[in-house]
Amino acid sequence: MPEPSTRPEGCALVTGASRGIGAAIAKSLARDGWPVAVNYRSDGDGAAAVVAEIEQAGGRAVPLAADVADPGAADELFVGAEAHFGVPVLGLVNNAGISADNLISMLGEEEWQSVLATNLTGAFRLTRRALKPMMRARFGRIVNISSVVGLRANPGQANYAAAKAGLIAMTKTVTVEVARRGITANAVAPGWIDTDMTAGLESGLTANIPARRAGTPEEVAACVSFLASDAAGYVNGAVLTVDGGLAA
Amino acid sequence: MSAITTEQVESRVIETLASFGPDVSQINRDATFEELDIDSLDLVELAQVVEDDYGVILKGEDMKELKTVGQAIDLIVSRAE
Repeated sequence: MPEPSTRPEGCALVTGASRGIGAAIAKSLARDGWPVAVNYRSDGDGAAAVVAEIEQAGGRAVPLAADVADPGAADELFVGAEAHFGVPVLGLVNNAGISADNLISMLGEEEWQSVLATNLTGAFRLTRRALKPMMRARFGRIVNISSVVGLRANPGQANYAAAKAGLIAMTKTVTVEVARRGITANAVAPGWIDTDMTAGLESGLTANIPARRAGTPEEVAACVSFLASDAAGYVNGAVLTVDGGLAA
Repeated sequence: MSAITTEQVESRVIETLASFGPDVSQINRDATFEELDIDSLDLVELAQVVEDDYGVILKGEDMKELKTVGQAIDLIVSRAE
């Protein structure tokens, strides 16, 4: 029977980590002792600031540029992270995400395809690549950043919701395939979190949230830190909502 | 790169399969994966070892056809040529 596993020498890769929820996750995992690869697509300054903050706090981090929608990104990122830290990637946080909202009647092909490519297909390729070192190590932590929109509909977000619900289904499938190798895959489903992505939304939306406030990126990161820890070794295929009760 | 011999592949495959649980004495060319309690995930790992060591890429369709240890060895050797 497989034993509960503790983390061997390994590093973590967080996609879309130059700002917002991803940046908070990268800093939180670094505080937990993970060397962290801080992936970004275009915001090199943001990624450099995240890395600098981690290093000032005594952690280890490296910025890695790649667009996760690019089919070659998974290999590039894993090779880059493992070359820099000299240890395998044993923690993967699929956080990179974009939105392109429109009522479904007006939703364009490009808006559909681009959101699926980044939010779901990118996560699939990274997960597939991650299982190589994780299976070999008999240890792995995969956390997919889904959304409460993947559980409870929000008008104008059919593409985003489909991708985020798809992430949950993929997460659960990964769990049943590889749990016996000491690998966990879980999803975190944030509700309304104060970030650049939600900056344009009207503040009156908080009236619908039982907590009557938006969440912070740090509150999402705390959940990811737990799911990536040794303590969460028996939590597998779960969806942890961080939404102030919105989906309750 | 020098040619890969069947003996080299055989010993690497047996060593890898043994790491998944079955006793090495049970593993021979005629043994089936079912008898050895080698499951589909074990075969995925075997494919990764083969890819890393010999540069031979085995796809899911290839693996599904394999029933015995000997079939796996022969497939790897034929692809490596």
